[in-house]
Amino acid sequence: MNRITLNRIKDKGFLVTGIISTFIGLVLLLIFMADIFIEGAPRISWKFIVSLPSRIPERAGIYTAMMGSVWVLILTTIISFPIGVSAGIYLEEYAKQGRLSRLLEVNISNLAGVPSIIYGLLGLEIFARVMRLGSSVLAGSITLALLILPIIIVATRESIKAVPQSIRDASYALGASKWQTIYRQVLPASFGGILTGVILALSRAVGEAAPLIVVGALAYVPFAPRSPLDDFSILPIQIFNWISRPQHGFIVNAAAAIIILLIITFAMNGIAIYLRSRWQKRVSW
Amino acid sequence: MFTEAEIMDLIMTKDSKTEHLVNDIIDKPVEEHKITTKNVNVFYGDFKALKNISMKIRPFSVTALIGPSGCGKSTYLRVFNRMNDYINGFRLEGKVVIDGVNIYKDKIILEKLRKEVGMVFQKPNPFPKSIFDNVAYGLQIQGMKDKHFINERVETSLKKVVLWDEVKDDLKKNALALSGGQQQRLCIARTLAVEPNIILMDEPTSALDPISTGKIEELIFELKNEYTILIVTHNMQQAGRVSDRTAFFYLGELIEEGLTKNIFLNPKEERTENYITGRFG
Repeated sequence: MNRITLNRIKDKGFLVTGIISTFIGLVLLLIFMADIFIEGAPRISWKFIVSLPSRIPERAGIYTAMMGSVWVLILTTIISFPIGVSAGIYLEEYAKQGRLSRLLEVNISNLAGVPSIIYGLLGLEIFARVMRLGSSVLAGSITLALLILPIIIVATRESIKAVPQSIRDASYALGASKWQTIYRQVLPASFGGILTGVILALSRAVGEAAPLIVVGALAYVPFAPRSPLDDFSILPIQIFNWISRPQHGFIVNAAAAIIILLIITFAMNGIAIYLRSRWQKRVSW
Repeated sequence: MFTEAEIMDLIMTKDSKTEHLVNDIIDKPVEEHKITTKNVNVFYGDFKALKNISMKIRPFSVTALIGPSGCGKSTYLRVFNRMNDYINGFRLEGKVVIDGVNIYKDKIILEKLRKEVGMVFQKPNPFPKSIFDNVAYGLQIQGMKDKHFINERVETSLKKVVLWDEVKDDLKKNALALSGGQQQRLCIARTLAVEPNIILMDEPTSALDPISTGKIEELIFELKNEYTILIVTHNMQQAGRVSDRTAFFYLGELIEEGLTKNIFLNPKEERTENYITGRFG
């Protein structure tokens, strides 16, 4: 066999390996989703969404858990968005390049990789106990906000970095102050990217169960939360709770709830992709 | 080593034979110089980018800064609107006086300085906004709210750069949709809209085709009636065409400065002659 044929075989070989690797993940995910869908889809109805939890599977619904998730999502956004974006702007535009800023940079990247349960423990100790927020929506939301802050900060910095220096120069040269330049040029030009990062971070937060279990979110709450200081449950915990029940009816409920959770995350990812593409069309250098 | 005054004397006396015949306006007494730099040293960290530069620039004239890449001419240009301040490790020694004010020593408000000293960059850099917003930006950041006033200023600025007729029907169009030459004229209009006294141009035509370059050069010629212009250029012909005076920089030093005609036809320094005739560059 000469060298050329051997190379061709290697080439083909890698192609096949690549295709298989690509499809393994996809196929497994599809099988999982089909399974969930067959099991849970018939259970989904308006009644399932607006019903309170119950010990009888056929009467149980996800209302409290879903409202809990919505509360957590909104509070987490309110807390993490301004802090994360401000921190990103500071690090990218104001912080002097030096040992301190490099230290901050490395640590923020590291924080993004810390297991979420650690954040749960932090939340339990500081927000639930020291700040006496108990196992409330607020305590859970602050915990999740901390969890996704590093992601938002990194996304903000990346988007700001993508704005060409020439735009800043032009603004400064016309007599704009630093804040005017950031507010009127840098932020509008990078906002699509920042928003995309924030939404992706939030869609991760929606699916987190571990840190909120540690903080003390309940598996069973009779009512949807009415204020940030109320007890709460969230969809992932509701799902976790149902799956561990022996009755088959609850397994069906769990499957149905998983479908709803997936729809929420996919919708959020969809919005993120839409924003990104829309922005790229509008701004191109 | 000469003192600044001695150098000035040298240049003035040698030049004056021809100068007073050529142009009375550009040989005004020293008090009427628009910009004076005295013993300016610029450092980036340990690197000395400009070495003891002393130079005087007359109002309503075009001064070309020429020299090979890395000679410090762009650094020198950016000294006047303090755009070097953003570079890490930048430090300046000496005096830079504009209209009697030392722009480095006194408590200078950068925003005000840059309102007086406009700048046009090498690559056209319009904001990713409408044509109108690009020109209006300088006024808007000053807090100008009067729509009528802004509209008028946008129109006069675009007319000055001869862009008005090309864009008057779609001022709402994104500036990035314009051609490179149009973009650069828009950038000049944007600078004019805040009514500076001095305009700094950093190789304004190096990214443009010959026709657009011609238009910009004509424009520079017009603008010098109202503004004091400094232009960095790599193009010797351009320096010859548009400038009244030329300064030759080499390795961070000001080698020679004088009437453009004299610099090109009768350079006193051998290095100047070598550069201009293309023996190095």
